[in-house]
Amino acid sequence: MTDSKTTSRTAPMIRLDNLHKTFGSKTVLNGMNLDIPQGSSLVIIGGSGSGKSVTLKCILGLLAPDEGDIFINGESTLAVFAATRERTNRNIGMLFQGAALFDSLTVWENISFGLMQGEGMNRDDARDIALEKLVAVGMERKDADRWPSELSGGMQKRVGLARAIASNPAIMFFDEPTTGLDPVMADVINDLIVNCVRELGATALTITHDMASARKISDRIAMLYQGKIIWTGETQDIDHCDNAHVDQFIHGKINGPIKMNLRVA
Amino acid sequence: MNPLRPIGAAFLGFLAATGQLSMFTSTAIWHCVRPPFFFRLLVRQMIDIGYYSLPVVGMTTLFAGMALALQTYSGFSRLSAEAESAIAKVVLLGITRELGPVLAGLMVAGRIGAAMAAELGTMRVTEQIDALTTLSTNPYKYLVVPRIIAGLTMLPVLVFVGDIVGVFGGYIVSVYKLGFNPGLYIKASWDILQAIDVISGLVKASAFGFIVTLMGCYHGYHSKGGAQGVGAATTNAVVSASILILITNYIITELFFST
Repeated sequence: MTDSKTTSRTAPMIRLDNLHKTFGSKTVLNGMNLDIPQGSSLVIIGGSGSGKSVTLKCILGLLAPDEGDIFINGESTLAVFAATRERTNRNIGMLFQGAALFDSLTVWENISFGLMQGEGMNRDDARDIALEKLVAVGMERKDADRWPSELSGGMQKRVGLARAIASNPAIMFFDEPTTGLDPVMADVINDLIVNCVRELGATALTITHDMASARKISDRIAMLYQGKIIWTGETQDIDHCDNAHVDQFIHGKINGPIKMNLRVA
Repeated sequence: MNPLRPIGAAFLGFLAATGQLSMFTSTAIWHCVRPPFFFRLLVRQMIDIGYYSLPVVGMTTLFAGMALALQTYSGFSRLSAEAESAIAKVVLLGITRELGPVLAGLMVAGRIGAAMAAELGTMRVTEQIDALTTLSTNPYKYLVVPRIIAGLTMLPVLVFVGDIVGVFGGYIVSVYKLGFNPGLYIKASWDILQAIDVISGLVKASAFGFIVTLMGCYHGYHSKGGAQGVGAATTNAVVSASILILITNYIITELFFST
């Protein structure tokens, strides 16, 4: 499939409609369209600087697009009151690339942060949920009182994942979930993501350029190139697609339509 | 290349930065008066700014008072036979009106402003501030408001303590080094003391507390890049707060004592 604006038989949980975003003279998103059906797990692949992170930040409300609209569950998320945006965010779990754990809080306080600050849950109940989620991501209860700085990169990712699923969100975002991890730990994180998304029945959007991770955690894959989605399709179809950009990207070839602007010495 | 271009670019950059700071300040003030409030964080910041800055401010004002007494003696003894009462008056007015608030403000800018910029800057570049937003927590309310309110309220407390310590420093030098009569020194200090002297210093302190915390939060919140960006934010926070403190000091002095 080569159409940039996908259609689905079910109403999309997330819809990006003609998104444009420019930083100075650099156009990052140039009319991006994407539908993510409810309950599906979609991965956006693309090279460095192709606009994957900007897309995610626009959906999360951390950046405002210059043009276009973003719909979550049928409702526009742009030009809404801060309280409305916060309500929307309560249904969203996010795993950041570097985990983004609060280093002034312990592991369990990090996991239950959204519950205590966002939803006003008392500390005892929030701690119980934090311990439950900590076990769900394969860590031990005794890790709950440790500080983020005492954890390895893989453990920090798992705590970040536990924080993302703490409020049982309907939508989950993963930003480069396996970057910086060894292949074994990367696979552990991939498995955890698949299990968590499946158990929650959540709609998931992941951005990555790790093809092994993309194949494992997605139902569908979309490729972002020069600010537009140039291909979307089922995960199993990506190896047989007739798109030269996708073929070059997934096989890591130097030669092809994707130009890297490298200066040869 | 057009030689006016760099000047124009710098001017536009200045306007953009001024606009960004104005937006940040108005948003921060708006959130200062709207619930919810994070009282635990406020108390933590008040302890950090008020309690842990006491030794620095105390030492600074103590030695400022001592040096002021010594300088006044060496200067005034040539001009007046009543050096004893003159020293007491100069030390008291100098400390309460000027040296206490300005020195405390500058010391807190170095200690607290730099720490705030570094902490928020690190949180920015490690996406912790973005994480706050995704967890339905407003970063202004969680990070900025407690720091600004703590600065507004704790700097006057620090300056009040610094005033007492500074005047005591002048007393020590006058009595134990210069051999003045302790009773006469205290009486001269008490006679010259007016409420406006202390109040003007406390108003300055509150303004300086706002400036220091605002600059620390602003530069940290908007830091970019990695370690270099955080370093630049820290430097900018201290430099801008120090300059604004000195400018604001003159303006408040003009408002209180201009005749």
